Amino acid sequence: MKLITAVIKPFKLDEVKAALETFGVKGMTVSEASGYGRQKGHTEVYRGAEYKVDLVPKLRVEVLVDDDDADDVIDVIVKAAQTGKIGDGKVWAVPVETVIRVRTGETGAEAL
Amino acid sequence: MKIDSGSTAWVLISTALVLLMTPGVAFFYGGMSRAKSVLNMMMMSFVSMATVGVVWVLYAYSLAFTEGGGLNQFVGGLSDWGLVGLETVATADDGSGIPQLVFVAFQATFAIITVALISGAIADRAKFGAWVLFTVVWATLVYAPIAHWVWFFGPEDGEGGWIGAGLGALDFAGGTVVHINAGAAALALAFVLGKRKGWPRDPMRPHNLPFVLLGAALLWFGWFGFNAGSALGANATAAVAFINTMVATCAAAFAWIVVEKLRDGSSTTLGIASGVVAGLVAITPACAFVTPIGAIVIGLIAGAVCAYAVSLKYKLGYDDSLDVVGVHMVGGIVGALLIGILATTAVNDAGADGLLAGGGLSLLGKQAVGVLATLVYSFVVTFVIGKVIDLTMGFRISEEDEVAGIDSTAHAETAYDFGGIHAGGAGGGTGPLPAAKAADSTPTKVEA
Repeated sequence: MKLITAVIKPFKLDEVKAALETFGVKGMTVSEASGYGRQKGHTEVYRGAEYKVDLVPKLRVEVLVDDDDADDVIDVIVKAAQTGKIGDGKVWAVPVETVIRVRTGETGAEAL
Repeated sequence: MKIDSGSTAWVLISTALVLLMTPGVAFFYGGMSRAKSVLNMMMMSFVSMATVGVVWVLYAYSLAFTEGGGLNQFVGGLSDWGLVGLETVATADDGSGIPQLVFVAFQATFAIITVALISGAIADRAKFGAWVLFTVVWATLVYAPIAHWVWFFGPEDGEGGWIGAGLGALDFAGGTVVHINAGAAALALAFVLGKRKGWPRDPMRPHNLPFVLLGAALLWFGWFGFNAGSALGANATAAVAFINTMVATCAAAFAWIVVEKLRDGSSTTLGIASGVVAGLVAITPACAFVTPIGAIVIGLIAGAVCAYAVSLKYKLGYDDSLDVVGVHMVGGIVGALLIGILATTAVNDAGADGLLAGGGLSLLGKQAVGVLATLVYSFVVTFVIGKVIDLTMGFRISEEDEVAGIDSTAHAETAYDFGGIHAGGAGGGTGPLPAAKAADSTPTKVEA
């Protein structure tokens, strides 16, 4: 199994969600995140004094998938989250040792 | 006692309007401070009402507005301490006056807001007890004498305070007494207390701009009482002051956001709120002495000048946290000096003609002397008061408390509960104190 984590622009969530549902992914975890990449943040001005806001608001989407689906799911997310402009985010996958469904105790692929 | 009921009604209403300005200042300043110190910021305004209002009735009114014997040019006496015997006195007994007690109350609200204005320079870092002591001492040693200089007129021509009655400088509603005075005092306290930790590396952005706008709106509303109420009657002078207060403020708000658009690329809400206050400040001394066109000119100049003046602190390196100097001191100076240019007796016989009305430069000179004297006296005496408090009880909180936030360390409160773990009851440790817990019947594990 793989844990796919995507940091995306907040306004892209609906599209990413819809695309993943269409693909057949059954669950996901979404949390608010903030950070910056190469573009850094933005500037605010208060009575002429500049205030640099480095950390830009983002969403972190986490999905657990079977090894076979991982590449396709990454593809789906990248396509859905892409605007072509700076700050679109990142997607990465890491191997997962164990997954257990809390309600039933099922493990592995059964638990997804 | 023969009084004018219409005028009395207007000044009573004006008094309530001006008192509302102090909570307005609390919102204006509170919104500009950080979330961890907004309560302390607002408390400093509110406690000015609690202390100065009482001191004013006990003796400070008397120091400002009574005959001072040999020292009459500089300070009043104590003949009206406690307002004893003023119950049935009118400001004029020919039926054109108002009860003396109404005048006392009206002036009390001026003293209160002047003290509250100073607090903007020392956001986040003043010991609350030290500030409370300061409000009393400052109202006594700085506000009352300067009010006497400018606004006490004796029964004979030329008798009274040295700036108003003696010199003939004009200050209708408090450009020198309130704004230049508060601004100079704010600068002095900023020097006494020093910079906030992290300033100016971190500009410390306002935590609630809607509060700032709300405060500016309350100030503008109350300011009609401040300026038009200073006519002390429901009359034509009040009308001039009223329209000028409105239009100068509109012009200043506009000028400030134009400067911002040109300089910074965006017009901001903090900018328009600041422009409103700058315009109100600048028109205050001049409001009954200039035409509405003159008021627009004053507003435009004040809005633009103050928009630039607020950046002085970064260049000169003093932490006037919420720009009391840039808005009130500079705005007050602009208004007081422009009287010398724009005043005309065409709108008010009691005024004088400035440069453009054919009065030459003499009025401008008198205005400049009044401004300078107020600046120097207020700055020096405030600095001494601040230093004495600092050396005895300490004026600044500890660095640890400043970083943690003065609200929780000085007042045992925080302004906001933003949700999350500590708000929802999930283990935040914010339950009732042990004494209250003893009463509940939650079963506990009994030791064997």
